[in-house]
Amino acid sequence: MKIKPLRYLGLQVACLAFAAAVAHAKPPTAEVNTTGLAVTDDTVTVGQLHSATGTMAISETGSIQAEQLAIDQINAMGGVLGRQIKVIKEDGASDWPTFAEKAKKLLVSDKVGTVFGCWTSASRKAVLPVFEKENGMLYYPTFYEGLEQSKNVIYTGQEATQQILAGLDWIAKEKGAKTFYLVGSDYIWPRTSMKIARKHIENVLKGTVVGEEFYALGSTSFGSLINKIKLKKPDVIYAAVVGGSNVSFYKQLAAAGINSSKQTLLTISVTEDEVLGIGGENLAGFYSAMKYFQSLDNENNKAFVKAFKEKYGADSVIGDVTQAGYLGPWLWKAAVEKANSFDIDKIAAASPGIELTTAPEGYVKLHENHHLWSKLRIGQWLKDGQAKVLYESELIEPDPFPKGYQ
Amino acid sequence: MGDYTSEELQSIFIMQSFSGLSLFSVLLLMGLGLALIFGQMGVINMAHGEFMALGAYTVYFCSHLTDSYAPTFGPYYFIFAILLAFFICALLGALVEWAMIRHLYHRPLDTLLATWGLSLILQQTYRSTFGAREVTPTLPEWLMGSYNIKEGLDIPINGMFVLGLSIVVTIALITFMYRSSFGLRLRATVQNRKMSAAVGINTAKVDRLAFSLGCGIAGIAGAAFTTIGSTGPDSGSRYIVDAFLVVVAGGTASLLGCLASAFGIAQAQSILEFFLEGTKGKVATLLVIVIALMIRPQGLFPSKVRGH
Repeated sequence: MKIKPLRYLGLQVACLAFAAAVAHAKPPTAEVNTTGLAVTDDTVTVGQLHSATGTMAISETGSIQAEQLAIDQINAMGGVLGRQIKVIKEDGASDWPTFAEKAKKLLVSDKVGTVFGCWTSASRKAVLPVFEKENGMLYYPTFYEGLEQSKNVIYTGQEATQQILAGLDWIAKEKGAKTFYLVGSDYIWPRTSMKIARKHIENVLKGTVVGEEFYALGSTSFGSLINKIKLKKPDVIYAAVVGGSNVSFYKQLAAAGINSSKQTLLTISVTEDEVLGIGGENLAGFYSAMKYFQSLDNENNKAFVKAFKEKYGADSVIGDVTQAGYLGPWLWKAAVEKANSFDIDKIAAASPGIELTTAPEGYVKLHENHHLWSKLRIGQWLKDGQAKVLYESELIEPDPFPKGYQ
Repeated sequence: MGDYTSEELQSIFIMQSFSGLSLFSVLLLMGLGLALIFGQMGVINMAHGEFMALGAYTVYFCSHLTDSYAPTFGPYYFIFAILLAFFICALLGALVEWAMIRHLYHRPLDTLLATWGLSLILQQTYRSTFGAREVTPTLPEWLMGSYNIKEGLDIPINGMFVLGLSIVVTIALITFMYRSSFGLRLRATVQNRKMSAAVGINTAKVDRLAFSLGCGIAGIAGAAFTTIGSTGPDSGSRYIVDAFLVVVAGGTASLLGCLASAFGIAQAQSILEFFLEGTKGKVATLLVIVIALMIRPQGLFPSKVRGH
């Protein structure tokens, strides 16, 4: 990307002038940092802990980029409490013990003000004890299975009920669906999600689950499963297949003659990122339940998509988790400013009730349980890899420990 | 299966048989190249999966070129891409044999380590070249969708294609091994290296050809898999487990064993997955293999040749 030198100069002067103006107003370091974090008169250091290498790099790259974009934008506005954000990037390398080790390094040696990071539940579970023991703060971007709440974590993605219940309600109402076939990859998130989905289908929607199956991560043969689906003829296939298996699953569905004209399919694991691999033509007409789609038509999102593409190329796509990653630095900034302090305890206490009106997904608010109030949207996939948003719920209250669903 | 019509059950039976066959052809393609290298030459090639990934990336690359420069060639490029995948992998195989393997023939455990290192190097090369994201080539229209025999009975075209391809490769390989002079020399070298050398067979050349042929077949396998799954830098490490399973269960030195074990494993997995669920089906399949190997430690068709 080329920036015209003159405009660049203008931008720099503006930034400097702005920074100078803010510099006079900022509170002294001793006041805003009583616990020895890496905060100076001009800078605050934060950590970023994702997998830049290994199998999860495919998924985590979007979050890394979005967090960096938000941090750059905050710095251009003058930083947090007049301090520019410096980032220490650590690579968890898709390996859970490495995550724990790097988290400890960031908190103990680097004394970072906060950490943006993790993607899989396994990595979050690995670092959680470290964050609680060393009293750090983690902004976690992925939609996940719930059943967790910590003073030291802010969950910017949806917990399971926010993603599952409203989506099932919609499909039951729109399609008159009564029978469901549940398919997922075999690990904690799909297992917990399907448990919640089954309870909701059986107890609330009064429907039936005609099949529930889990396939090992990386499985590529779904022939027998597809035949069973053909035999049982469910009204809806409800899918949470992830990673490389995703591509095989949808390709083989298409090859077996199961497409959206004959079969309704709702998934909670396909975002714009996954569609790149699966191919829009194999998904066209199927539905995803997410809180964010790149095609959302609002001013916040248009500005976000434009900034993202300017920084990372016109071909880049933005999925649900990428957007949730983008919220992290903004929520932290808001919490620090509300508390007028970088101290972890004060941020944790100030976080509930924080509102963002500038989020690409629209208005969000932090709940006392450190999760976000967010909307659920149903998108229908188009051949070009983008989704058409068909439905938008009201703001849904986060409920990480849902009664009657465990 | 209470309230299904007999016609429905018949359709499912046919489709289920086909999905077993289709898995069989996938496993067979994975195992063939490895059976040649591991079985005939005694080299444990841990980078075999990466050769498959290279074949898949070749197809992706060809698809990309076709899309950009010659869209009208779209329907035909796939066939050429498979051939190209074979030659590229065979070439790299020959290079690897010359640079690395030939120095390690007397140290089988070291080849294991060296080829594993090679697999890591290749994985990182793919990641740097093609990115960490999984990729899929644009497949020609004629490979997509299914052949609809009657209502409720669809046979996937990509499955038929892979099945056809694996039959062609198997017949070609068997003909090559048992009807050509190279095959004769290869079998002679396997049976008694010193004696073969004494009667004038250039055993070093035979080794290199055999290794590169095995790698070439891996390339074809990888190319074929682009019709059923995606390709990422780590795809190879997913393939390698199944490939070794087939070769070890079949009896390492036998192409016939490879055929039989691929068929057995595929049918067991396909049937068990139908009646149990996904993960449990896989567990049951592995249990069957473990028991089979306990009863016949040498595999289904052990080599009858005296060791050397």
